[in-house]
Amino acid sequence: MSDARSRWQESYDASTLRPGAFGTMSGLPLEPVYGPDDGEFPGQFPYTRGPYSSMYRSKHWTMRMFAGFGTATDTNLRFKDILANGGDGLSTAFDLPTLMGCDSDDPLSLGEVGRCGVAVDTIEDMAELFGGIDLEATTTSMTINSPAAPIFAMFLAAAEDAGSRRTHIGGTLQNDIMKEFQAQKEFIFPPRPSLRLVRDTMAFCAAEMPRWHPISVSGYHIREAGSTAAQELAFTLANGFAYVELGMRAGLAVDDFAPRLSFFFNAHLDFFEEIGKYRAARRIWARWMRDRYGAELERSLQLRFHTQTAGVSLMAQQPEVNIVRTAIEALAGVLGGTQSLHTNSMDETLALPTEKSARIALRTQQVIAHETGVTNVADPLGGSWFVEAMTDELERCAEEIFAHIDQLGGGSILDGVVQGIEDGWFQAEIADAAYELERKRNDGRDVIVGVTDFLEGNDEPQPDILYIDGSTEEIQRKRLAQVKANRNSGAVQAALARVRTDAADPEVNLMPALIEAGRARATMGEQMSAMAEVFGRWEERSQI
Amino acid sequence: MSDLFTRSVPHRGRVLLAKIGLDGHDRGVKVVARMLRDAGFEVVYTGLRQTPEMVVAAAIDEDVDCVGVSMLSGAHLALVPPVIDGLRARGSDVPVVVGGIVPDRDVPVLTAAGVAAIMLPGISADDVAATIDAAIASR
Repeated sequence: MSDARSRWQESYDASTLRPGAFGTMSGLPLEPVYGPDDGEFPGQFPYTRGPYSSMYRSKHWTMRMFAGFGTATDTNLRFKDILANGGDGLSTAFDLPTLMGCDSDDPLSLGEVGRCGVAVDTIEDMAELFGGIDLEATTTSMTINSPAAPIFAMFLAAAEDAGSRRTHIGGTLQNDIMKEFQAQKEFIFPPRPSLRLVRDTMAFCAAEMPRWHPISVSGYHIREAGSTAAQELAFTLANGFAYVELGMRAGLAVDDFAPRLSFFFNAHLDFFEEIGKYRAARRIWARWMRDRYGAELERSLQLRFHTQTAGVSLMAQQPEVNIVRTAIEALAGVLGGTQSLHTNSMDETLALPTEKSARIALRTQQVIAHETGVTNVADPLGGSWFVEAMTDELERCAEEIFAHIDQLGGGSILDGVVQGIEDGWFQAEIADAAYELERKRNDGRDVIVGVTDFLEGNDEPQPDILYIDGSTEEIQRKRLAQVKANRNSGAVQAALARVRTDAADPEVNLMPALIEAGRARATMGEQMSAMAEVFGRWEERSQI
Repeated sequence: MSDLFTRSVPHRGRVLLAKIGLDGHDRGVKVVARMLRDAGFEVVYTGLRQTPEMVVAAAIDEDVDCVGVSMLSGAHLALVPPVIDGLRARGSDVPVVVGGIVPDRDVPVLTAAGVAAIMLPGISADDVAATIDAAIASR
């Protein structure tokens, strides 16, 4: 046996496997992986074939469905429904005011409270949101960026008040501010103070929360904003390298925090390009972490990622067809070796999903996991000439982009990314790609089922959609008014004063002050305003 | 095929494109801005996070022929009627069109509020341009 195969075999033999035989439907036995003895095996550097030797034979991906709407009470019920239906992780969608650091009673929040996600103003909402859910047993992901630090502080305080131990709470904070400036545009503070908050959460987790992932480096939104697959790959990994440099500049040893960086990619419709993208991502990360940043721990080199199917690929016409698009995209994520997956619901171009459409989306993952047999063999497409060529080509495209960013930053990816954001370079690259794609579409070069062709059925009425009326906003404002009426305002003012003082000293970690402010029932908006007094607010120069 | 990308088309009017509210998803509005320019419109884009009042002021200051509002967040019922009311209160009859995500049941509500046209996902660039032509012609 070759060295590569025997090392893989040893690791595979030491893995815990799911129960059951791994064979085809017709009873043919299957190897855990196929390939030449002297080739690369899954779980081996540079991890092109997957981070683990046994992949889905040990454990399926986590079926992590993104949910959130209305008040904390509404979303808590949906969370419990997801767990009861076999979902095994939670993923929280916050409403736009929360994402933008505004309380529900802010004039800017008018019409948006609880609409695209759940409204969270204070620690009391956070306690209600996760009430009755064991946060040591279920991992929780929170999609929040500019206000990530105060929201995380509130979550932690609420979880501890409910009896969970900080060392045992597992989950992920998105907290990827770079892609907000580049793509999703939910920024509040300027780039540099924003990065200081990211640094503080990273350092806090490295010291106190061994099971928590403080950053989910996210390409999803970059792609949704219109980038190509190669740009999604390159910008996301460059952002990842930037966070590594940020941690190292803060004095953390790379192996003390890199194992808890995780990634989040899009799964779009071009099946093989997407699979090549995931394989290239793992390979690039491993090489750069070892060779450029000197990481030694295997966990620092292994890129692990969450996948969400492409929202932009869903069409409003004949929405049931979106189930098919989503299934194909989800399969690409699985064949690319994802660690967790969210499948979009068919009605998401129209509104937030109904309970039924969200259930079908989850069932899509369950069919892939339990009925198709694709989980028996690791990296089943490895060795395909086409897939290997795609992987190499995407890696080459990404390296070209890294070279440009490195040059922008004078030898630092961190400085290059910040410079590229401040110059509007990323934003312009993404907008150009979106425009080119749309041009191609309008020239009639692309067929889109139900939109450009195959229109029979387009005149059928829309399916029932989730309709959120204005009453949520009123209920949430009343809740907030009640919390404000019952809190100790002296304690709130003192806690906010400490937030201001700590914000002004870049050497201080803001997390303890934010935890204290959350416990004192300072609202998220109040905490963000206190920090904005010190940090200022960012405005984008809009170019078209 | 589209004539949108041939640049030798006559001047078709001046359009203000706006993002109102907290939503930052600007892919659509930016693509539409460039396609309208290609089609011969003059386009002014407000940038992100405008209030209805800011859009009214910009429409009047820029003396535009049409206002296009991009709405994806679901807050259209709260945020679009104030634009129309504000324009009319200042004596402007400039038409307001909406592009983005509007559930079927909200379409008549927006129309009753004075929205000249609603453009939904999947619309072609030619149809966006034609809709704006029609809105301007209806003044």
